[in-house]
Amino acid sequence: MKIDFEHRQSAHCENGATAGLISHYGVEISEAMAFGIGAGLFFGYIPFIRLNNLPLTTFRTAAGSVFKRVTRELGVKIKSRRFRDQKLAMRVLDETVAAGIPVGLQTGAWWLPYFPDAYRFHFNMHNLVVFGKEGDDYLISDPVFPEPVRCAADDLRKARFAKGALAPRGKMYCLDEVPALIDFPAAVKGGIRTATRAMLKYPLPIIGISGIRFLAGRLEKWPAKLGEAKALLHLGQLIRMQEEIGTGGAGFRFIYGAFLQEAAHHLEDDRFFEFSRRMTAIGDRWREFAVRAARNCKGRAGADDSFPAMAEILREIAAEEEKLYTDLAATVTS
Amino acid sequence: MRKEEVPQDRGIAGGLKEVAYAVDENGRYVKVASAGWEPKNISNYQAWEIIAGEIAATRRKVEKGELSPLAYHMARNLMDDALLAQYMGIMRWRVRRHLKAKIFKKLGNDLLERYASLLKVTVAQLRDIDLVDDPEIPGRDRE
Repeated sequence: MKIDFEHRQSAHCENGATAGLISHYGVEISEAMAFGIGAGLFFGYIPFIRLNNLPLTTFRTAAGSVFKRVTRELGVKIKSRRFRDQKLAMRVLDETVAAGIPVGLQTGAWWLPYFPDAYRFHFNMHNLVVFGKEGDDYLISDPVFPEPVRCAADDLRKARFAKGALAPRGKMYCLDEVPALIDFPAAVKGGIRTATRAMLKYPLPIIGISGIRFLAGRLEKWPAKLGEAKALLHLGQLIRMQEEIGTGGAGFRFIYGAFLQEAAHHLEDDRFFEFSRRMTAIGDRWREFAVRAARNCKGRAGADDSFPAMAEILREIAAEEEKLYTDLAATVTS
Repeated sequence: MRKEEVPQDRGIAGGLKEVAYAVDENGRYVKVASAGWEPKNISNYQAWEIIAGEIAATRRKVEKGELSPLAYHMARNLMDDALLAQYMGIMRWRVRRHLKAKIFKKLGNDLLERYASLLKVTVAQLRDIDLVDDPEIPGRDRE
């Protein structure tokens, strides 16, 4: 059994699975559009949530929210289900695929044998699409891989029932009904409204633009407060989160730039090309920040790479992002 | 980032090429395959070296008899006692007991087999860590 499902490599797994499933039903949508309409762009520096004993920084919204928002904005009806019983979970998957419906799965990365070692962590928010089964192997469109992959049934079962934080508990999802006519301009505006509101107005000082500024203030003090060695670990974690697989570079800023370009066409508004250029420039600044941070980690920091200098870059980024999101918000409210 | 600037620094990703977004000569966004980026490699090696250090430290403790071999396999699988307990479907305090060398020696075959299959080793390897090597840091050999 093999569904005619077009595999497209994406930067991020959730964007990719979402865009792939929707496109399968004849509504052509790119990864960048899914990310933009799903309002995935975000920033949060959350020192009290620890990952590897280091503070969590995030450049996108909570996992699952892009899929939820895109389908809602586009009026796509979805079916989503979790399971207690592992055998039942696999049977329902088989039946759905046999009925010709591609199925999105949330899985743990640890148990997927086709993952390279570097990415095999106990990370439970991976998304992939099952589009067929041959013998004991599932045919999988895993959005971060260049080609479709295969996975033995027992491995996939383990991945669906990975344990730990945010355990998938067998979660599967598929599209139930896709409307024939979709109002893309409205969806694009809705996505921009949500993202800019989160970045500009979130009522917590560690989120959005104020979060970037908050991080700048903290980062400046890391060497004094934590000592050199620990400060470098904090810095390393920050680069990892910013440039993690799936971000498309610069903590999703480039993907959002691509979305703004597509938005220009949908809204027939040339100002969005300029917005996209500004977003690209902001992304380049994030990359520059990462270059300097990495030089510190490698012990090759120059005079321009001091912690205060890096904090200054973050403040400049915050200022640029604030201006851009304010301008963007103005176009979608008026 | 411009298309021709998309970095191709092999390292942590091994052979996997990821999608990066960059603009072409007309300023249009395109998806470009990237083999990796040096700042990202550096920060990931930093994290892996800490993990490798913990695994090696656990091995020494097992060799000295301070911890059971299970502690080594747990570290090698990037797990902690809470996660291991969840996978085993037993209470955390029991896993903690099994991390003690004396108690581990008395474990029955049933538990040993379940641990071994979960941690992807044979029962013999589970008992004797001399039979397993420390994992390599991914992509390191390509440096």
